[in-house]
Amino acid sequence: MSADIRLLQGNEACAEGAIYAGCDFFGGYPITPSTEVAEEMARLLPRHGGKFIQMEDEIAGIATMLGAGAAGAKAMTATSGPGFSLMMELLGYGCMAEIPAVIVNVQRAGPSTGLPTKGAQADMMQARWGTHGDHPAIALCPSSVAESFSLTVKSFNLAERFRMPVQLMLDEFIGHLREKVTIPAPGELEVYTHPRPSVAPGEYRHFGDGTSVGGAYAAMGTGYRFNITGLTHDPMGFPTGRTDEIRWKMDRLRAKTDDHLPELVDVEREFLDDAEVVLFAYGGGARTAQEAVRLARARGIKAGLLRPRIVWPFPDQTVADALAKAKAMLVVELNQGQLIGEVRRVNQGGTKVVPVLRYDGEIITPDELMTAVEANR
Amino acid sequence: MKDKHQIRLSGSGGQGMITAGVILAEAAGVHDGKNVVQSQSYGPEARGGASKAEVIISDQEIFFPKATAIDILLAMTQEAWDRYSDDLREGGLAVVDSFYVKAAGRPNVHALPLSQSAREEVGIEIVANFIALAAIAELTGVVSKAALEKAMLARVPRGTEDKNRKALEIGYRLARGAKG
Repeated sequence: MSADIRLLQGNEACAEGAIYAGCDFFGGYPITPSTEVAEEMARLLPRHGGKFIQMEDEIAGIATMLGAGAAGAKAMTATSGPGFSLMMELLGYGCMAEIPAVIVNVQRAGPSTGLPTKGAQADMMQARWGTHGDHPAIALCPSSVAESFSLTVKSFNLAERFRMPVQLMLDEFIGHLREKVTIPAPGELEVYTHPRPSVAPGEYRHFGDGTSVGGAYAAMGTGYRFNITGLTHDPMGFPTGRTDEIRWKMDRLRAKTDDHLPELVDVEREFLDDAEVVLFAYGGGARTAQEAVRLARARGIKAGLLRPRIVWPFPDQTVADALAKAKAMLVVELNQGQLIGEVRRVNQGGTKVVPVLRYDGEIITPDELMTAVEANR
Repeated sequence: MKDKHQIRLSGSGGQGMITAGVILAEAAGVHDGKNVVQSQSYGPEARGGASKAEVIISDQEIFFPKATAIDILLAMTQEAWDRYSDDLREGGLAVVDSFYVKAAGRPNVHALPLSQSAREEVGIEIVANFIALAAIAELTGVVSKAALEKAMLARVPRGTEDKNRKALEIGYRLARGAKG
């Protein structure tokens, strides 16, 4: 069979990736610039035996996604700025109730209605802390249409394994970019589906030991009885006020990411071995950095690129290692400075941390970035 | 031929600039086997307002996805020409609609009756974008004619194939005339 090569938009590749990962439910409400994800899912899901529901708003959209996830579907929703804000409360519900699902945010410039057709990366901290309360977060940022496909597959895998909502933080630049993509053949990319419990229904505890990461958990309506609630709960899912059980639950949530950091590091490193000027970039903004790092090398500047594909949890150790060897780290973001705070947090030495930001709806040009590289060489 | 071409197709919303960009990228990328990226910029409105699509075609991997120095510019409206002609690099080529655009004072500008030919010969102005694509293919060789036709036919509504094929033929002819 010849390779399946197509010209796809980032948003379309996201939908194709979801289908590849076995997604069988989409609930949402269309919003620019994420609409093509919903359109493609509406077209593709019925052909693959899945269900698509357009709800009355984004709150209902994420609610149906969580309901489907709890009932055993591989579920997703897609939105942008204002819709993402509306989804925040139920994102926390998904964390508390430990429901696997994928939320796609195709970031546009905000705040509020902002610039619906223009891109930004200004929801990065919202992805980490947008819902209230301590909670784990997993978020990924694709920098190409091909990655929009592969990281969507990965988002579903992580959601299943870590048993929590995963956020795919696209941006308008990649969401609406069209590139040539070779669709992976079935089996080429790993598709992970969590195991179902093998114990007798009477012995099953939905939030029992070993069910948090990589363990077996049951879908609602399959004979296993349990409760799910947004209230802090015990291993059966029933509300609790006992301090030992509260601590148990909160530590269990934190451990999802904190105890599994090595498998949650996904960073592209280019030209880093001898790099004195390191560009830190992600998502659509990284396309400028990929160009600039090559321009810099051609000019004899020892530049390198650190590009996290998983941004939450933040790759502390990887960034710290690069900082320790660099003279300067230039943090390239399409916002007024969000992940730069994380870079500064892990910067223990005297490495200069320099923001290179743009927040007018346009992407930073290679010339603009090279000016900053030259100034910090 | 140089190995990287930055192309901007500009006009007003509803003139099919983004459709033309997608078809050009698909032709060069999927059918001619080049590396391509296609991006676009448009306002919140569905009709009217400035609209542009950009296509970069290269033999090499493409990192920065937006056009920075335009090799080939299409301007379907005066507003598009006024806004974008400054980004045309020295030695770059422009195709403009002679009915809507006055583009005096620049070398290598081909003013072609794109919309007029669409109206008079095909009977619908909407195919002016395909006339323009064919003219660009004929003038620059940036995409093969076979690939362009294949990509176009895969994207247009069924039943419109003949009209759209005719548009390509008009474009080739106008460009051959312009080349002299």
